[in-house]
Amino acid sequence: MLTDYLELNNYWHWFVIIFVFLNIFACWWLLRWSSKTTVESHDNTTGHIWDEDLQELNNPLPRWWLILFHMTIVFGLAYLFFYPGLGNYKGSLDWTQENQLEELMQAKAVKAESLQAFWNDMDIETLASNASALETGTRMYAQYCAMCHGSDAKGAKGYPNLTDKVWLWGSDLKAIEHTIRKGRQAVMQPWKDQYTQTEITALATYVQYLNGRAPEDELVSQGKELFSKTCVACHGMDGKGLQALGAPDLTNDVWLYGNDLATIEHTIREGRNGVMPAQETLMSEYELKVLTAYIYHLQQEAEK
Amino acid sequence: MQHETIEKKLNLMIVLIALTVSVAGLVQILPLIFQNQVKVPAEGVVPYPPLQLAGRDVYVREGCYNCHSQMVRPLLSEQKRYGPYSTAGESVYDRPFQWGSKRTGPDLARVGGRYSNDWHRVHLDNPRNLVPESNMPGYPWLDKAQIDPELIQKKMRRLQTLGDPYTDEEIANAPNAVMNKTELDALVAYLQDLGTARTGRKRSN
Repeated sequence: MLTDYLELNNYWHWFVIIFVFLNIFACWWLLRWSSKTTVESHDNTTGHIWDEDLQELNNPLPRWWLILFHMTIVFGLAYLFFYPGLGNYKGSLDWTQENQLEELMQAKAVKAESLQAFWNDMDIETLASNASALETGTRMYAQYCAMCHGSDAKGAKGYPNLTDKVWLWGSDLKAIEHTIRKGRQAVMQPWKDQYTQTEITALATYVQYLNGRAPEDELVSQGKELFSKTCVACHGMDGKGLQALGAPDLTNDVWLYGNDLATIEHTIREGRNGVMPAQETLMSEYELKVLTAYIYHLQQEAEK
Repeated sequence: MQHETIEKKLNLMIVLIALTVSVAGLVQILPLIFQNQVKVPAEGVVPYPPLQLAGRDVYVREGCYNCHSQMVRPLLSEQKRYGPYSTAGESVYDRPFQWGSKRTGPDLARVGGRYSNDWHRVHLDNPRNLVPESNMPGYPWLDKAQIDPELIQKKMRRLQTLGDPYTDEEIANAPNAVMNKTELDALVAYLQDLGTARTGRKRSN
């Protein structure tokens, strides 16, 4: 399909050819005709008179201009000989956009090969401190990651900050690579059918309390009790979360969606299903390696 | 023929001018209209489902094409940035096509599945919430307007008469598909499907 040439049927094939040549011939004829037209009046004007004495001179086109016109005709004919343009005639150079793209891709692949070999010999840890790999990684980050995680990698509401020490799905190399390759999907279910509004408020307040953002009171102890019945399944008894599920640590005072009561209540009520799309179809293996190294580099920087 | 004849006979001049300016169109466009390559859908390309069709109309109404093209050209840089280049068969169900000629924002022909639904919702509401340096306008009203289920049925029927292979069953079920959906839902559904037939990318949630 992709390398399909446009095949015109015979009728349109000749329609195009005849029309193109007629057009070129008409241009040539027009040039000749207009340079040979004789002037009817004797004073080298077109004979038009406006406003009593305004006249139009009828000088021939400047010679260099005429030559340029003729050159466009020669250029056009040469183009049609070398390149496709006349119906199904493919041109003597056999040039197509597809072939050109193919050649450029191959040239690029050859160019990338040496880099690829160079990078392939290194493990990701080494790559993460290799200047040329990081330079490429920076550009890849801008292309693939910045839309959600921000051009400064500090994230946005619902999109994790990549410059801090909190890594929802794990900060080791394997976890980072998996996140990039396969994507992630958070699975916090909505609790509005299980809990009343008061209970949700209690839970939200308890979560605030865990981060030192609410004083210990009756609401908190009610929330704690509710928490220990359901939320612990993912967030753990101590609320420190579970990286395997992407369940966030609720005690580190780092907030993906916001730390105000209304936002936390919304999270509990409606659930959260943040998505990281899989990137593996977008890039080659070694590019994935370089990008992983770059993100790992960000993680390492954050640890310092 | 004399110069004067043309200059003084307005009708003749009109005909000659019309002929002159239509040469390129007659040669480049007219034959294409009759070629199968631009009429037969590319592999995997199907008529827009009701919700996506409604979303497409929102896309056109809001003038997204003024800043976003939907045509990846066969150039190395574009292929690297966006994905496989566009072919004519991908646009057979687009009336009118959304190729566009201006890229203030990026090309969208391969955007389906690149970002999550949530990302699109937040981004369309106010792009600066996600991309601080973005100069795209926000479209906060899309979330407040409902899709008209009857209108979508009408549109599909009309497209059917133009040759889009919608079945009567699909048209009968169309109102259910857009029931209680907002324009934002429709637009996101449309965007998430863009180019997926070509990239093979699954829609993300």
